Amino acid sequence: MADVDATLTGNRGLALEEAVIFEQDSPGLSGVDLPEPGPGNDRLGGLGRTGAIGLPGLSEPQVVRHYLRLSRMNYGIDSGLYPLGSCTMKYNPRLNERLARLPGLGGLHPLQPTSTVHGALELIDTCAHWLKVLTGMPGITMAPAAGAHGELVGLMTIRAALEARGDARKRVLVPESAHGTNPASAHACGYAVETIAANVRGRVDVGALKAKLDVDVAAIMLTNPNTCGLFETDIIEIADAVHDAGAFFYCDGANFNAIVGRVRPGDLGIDCMHLNLHKTFSTPHGGGGPGSGPVVLSAPLVPYAPLPVVERRGDGFALVEHAGDSSAHPLGRVKGFHGQFGMFVRALAYMMSLGSDGLKQVAEDAVLNANYLLACLKDTLSVPFEGPCMHEVLFDDSFLKDTGVTTLDFAKAMIDEGFHPMTMYFPLVVHGALLMEPTETESKATLDQFIRTVKGLAERARAGDARHFKEAPRLTPRRRLDETAAARNPVLVWRPPPAQAAE
Amino acid sequence: MRYLPLTDGDRREMLAAIGVGSVDDLFVDVPQEARRDRPVELPEHLGEMEVEHAFAAMAARNLSAADVPSFLGAGAYGHHVPAAVDHLIQRGEFLTSYTPYQPEVSQGTLAYLFEFQTQVALITGMEVANASLYDGATACAEAVTMAARITKRKKVVLSGGLHPHYREVTETMTRFLGIEMAAAEPDWRGGEDLASGVDDGTACVVVQNPAFFGHLTDFTPLADACHAAGALLVVVVTEVVSLGAVRPPGEMGADIVAVEGQSLGNALNFGGPTVGVLAARQKHLRQMPGRLVGETTDVDGRRGFVLTLSTREQHIRREKATSNICTNAGLCALAFTIHLTLLGEVGFARLAALNHARAVRLADRLAGIDGIDVVNDTFFNEFTVRLPKPALAVVDALADRKILGGVPVARLIPGRAELEPLLLVAVTEANTEAHIDALTAALREVL
Ligand SMILES: Cc1ncc(COP(=O)(O)O)c(C=O)c1O
Repeated sequence: MADVDATLTGNRGLALEEAVIFEQDSPGLSGVDLPEPGPGNDRLGGLGRTGAIGLPGLSEPQVVRHYLRLSRMNYGIDSGLYPLGSCTMKYNPRLNERLARLPGLGGLHPLQPTSTVHGALELIDTCAHWLKVLTGMPGITMAPAAGAHGELVGLMTIRAALEARGDARKRVLVPESAHGTNPASAHACGYAVETIAANVRGRVDVGALKAKLDVDVAAIMLTNPNTCGLFETDIIEIADAVHDAGAFFYCDGANFNAIVGRVRPGDLGIDCMHLNLHKTFSTPHGGGGPGSGPVVLSAPLVPYAPLPVVERRGDGFALVEHAGDSSAHPLGRVKGFHGQFGMFVRALAYMMSLGSDGLKQVAEDAVLNANYLLACLKDTLSVPFEGPCMHEVLFDDSFLKDTGVTTLDFAKAMIDEGFHPMTMYFPLVVHGALLMEPTETESKATLDQFIRTVKGLAERARAGDARHFKEAPRLTPRRRLDETAAARNPVLVWRPPPAQAAE
Repeated sequence: MRYLPLTDGDRREMLAAIGVGSVDDLFVDVPQEARRDRPVELPEHLGEMEVEHAFAAMAARNLSAADVPSFLGAGAYGHHVPAAVDHLIQRGEFLTSYTPYQPEVSQGTLAYLFEFQTQVALITGMEVANASLYDGATACAEAVTMAARITKRKKVVLSGGLHPHYREVTETMTRFLGIEMAAAEPDWRGGEDLASGVDDGTACVVVQNPAFFGHLTDFTPLADACHAAGALLVVVVTEVVSLGAVRPPGEMGADIVAVEGQSLGNALNFGGPTVGVLAARQKHLRQMPGRLVGETTDVDGRRGFVLTLSTREQHIRREKATSNICTNAGLCALAFTIHLTLLGEVGFARLAALNHARAVRLADRLAGIDGIDVVNDTFFNEFTVRLPKPALAVVDALADRKILGGVPVARLIPGRAELEPLLLVAVTEANTEAHIDALTAALREVL
């Protein structure tokens, strides 16, 4: 790049460089004033720390500036369109954050006497109720910490139910379009994974599925709508076949946003489905968590749900934390304490804000926005499967054929245009996938600008300007990073530079 | 509806552009049996004020540990979180971003995770740390499966000083993997012998420091015994502030350390979300679960950060991954990191010293009450007392007086008569002298 913009500091106006905290150490400084502990003997039994830890010293204003500067090197939903397919990057209401911080909610200790937390138990029960009604399912466990954890817990519940009837099955069927967590969860539950092919319409090949169903299959894990953004049209036939084989139907509910308030998974014959509260129910993604992954359950699975369970007793609530003498809840616990309570607060606030009418509108607008992208981009990009799509739209990279531009390059060029890229190279069923999920919280004006941009970039690629894409992004705090070098020589913790270390 | 930007006019124009008459035409792939002509049976939408009122009413039905003298611990601790932490983690660029798959627009997240990994490695005395897991209990379970992969062995010994939730979660999460679990009896007096249970089939021994019951142990001899048998030592830390005062697991020969980081930066939240993390020896890096952030350079030669070694992970390796974890605890890790950065070397040590001094003070006061027996010789900021009555009843009576007096051991390990009188009492910097007076006075009344 030309150096005409070079500055003495490396800063570029509002784009500010920032060193890591370890390079800003003023030994002795602290950003927290604490009272002197006072004299007295310790009870550490000779196990006190000896020697320095190596943490840097900074004052409060330095720390605030540091993290503010780092924040400005990030793109969030609050910054602009974040069409990351499969992740449902919708607006995260600020009301939810305020409510989660009420002292009577955020300040509760998980092991207070139950008599002092009836409001919290009511909140968990109410959140569970909304999720059960929305999915049309009789049972739920609120314990799992995220979607993948929900998958594992759901499969364990299935396995416990099968073992209780003396049925030791060994395999789980997973479509090839499934998210990587599905096979990984099946494996973590001790099952062998068998892949089922997709048909030319981007759905599960029902024939191929039936051919694999036998008495050794514990469950199928199907995502619906699937990761190609398509509703599994044969889902009821699939459910019947799975049940006829004595297996259970696990549904990955990551894409529930497409149908929330409009279609109840319970009407489709599923047994078990996780809900990512950080997707459909607007709890923040937070740079990769925390999430929450409650799992709804069909009647035969309810007795095998893990602990704890909140139960309504008269006009109060009980928190069942131990299986006691009964044979119920053979799995025990899957996480410390009572699930991601702070996320239940946010999700319930979101659901109550939208209500039954608004949640239905959410699904409709999410699907409308995705189909609008499909309609406006189908002649520019290449569409592997015919629409209508659901809440996200999948393209492949055949529109880039012979341009020298890859899906990755295209994504990086979108960054310079001020958009977060779509999901790339997932699902694996099409070549060079570009999966776009606009969500319902984007306006038409934003979508129109996005459409114009994608069209303009596609034209540029076809016009032979591959260099523009190869060099992208140009306008970010860092440009393309060397991932190969990072993996070859992993530097995962900061170490003082040699000169300083020698001092 | 305040979260939805499309107008009816927009919707009409968009449907026309798509070439369908109504939004129902976009749901044609839904089987007829599952189509509904009416909304689900739930209340309609509410304004911000109405939602606030509903939540205020639920909050009012709780007694908040933040509002009264509270001595609750057992894996979740009420510390003071500086105001700057909560302000910074609510920056939209942190709060509303996703896993940093696109490093050029995620240097903020990647840089703080690199700082987080470094801080965790420093305070645990280990060489590497990952970018977070769900919580301490699931981190403990991941440590065990990691140890089984490294040693290719299936036997695991769990200390009786391990937090009962951690034990249960580890048992559940490894239950279908053919791992043979030997859990020791609750070790409330300390001093259990675990070394004699280690043999050449043992993958790892899992201990906790400070133990669930509060006492501190030098695990160096146990580490040596493990290593002599080719097994690993996993050390769990549920109170991360202890690492500001206590010799870290890395200096006792730990191979893997599973930490609950809630105490730094994170509110109690009724137990979740919190932040788990694993630290380990460099040589075991490729068996670690979860995200790892590494340093590299960009095409212009400037330092930057990326997610690295992803060939361990589910999105690349699918069923062969080291773990199924995807979303972890990013924002809680950020809160941890900002709090620890604010504290710094001096502040972290002082915070730990202050916690310990307050705990010593309370232990001495309680030891002076007739009928109360302080069980521990050693502790950090939490210890066990034996009461002349069942601890559950005592705690209820204290709650009636608006004091949260501790966690009865029987709440977590029910059905054992010898544990019923035991109460875990935790003290942090947030406990004032007035709190300590209130607890001792109330205990005198209810005992
Ligand atoms: C289809 C699908 N399934 C499962 C998951 C895993 O969910 P989580 O990240 O909450 O563990 C994801 C999230 O990325 C997903 O997109």
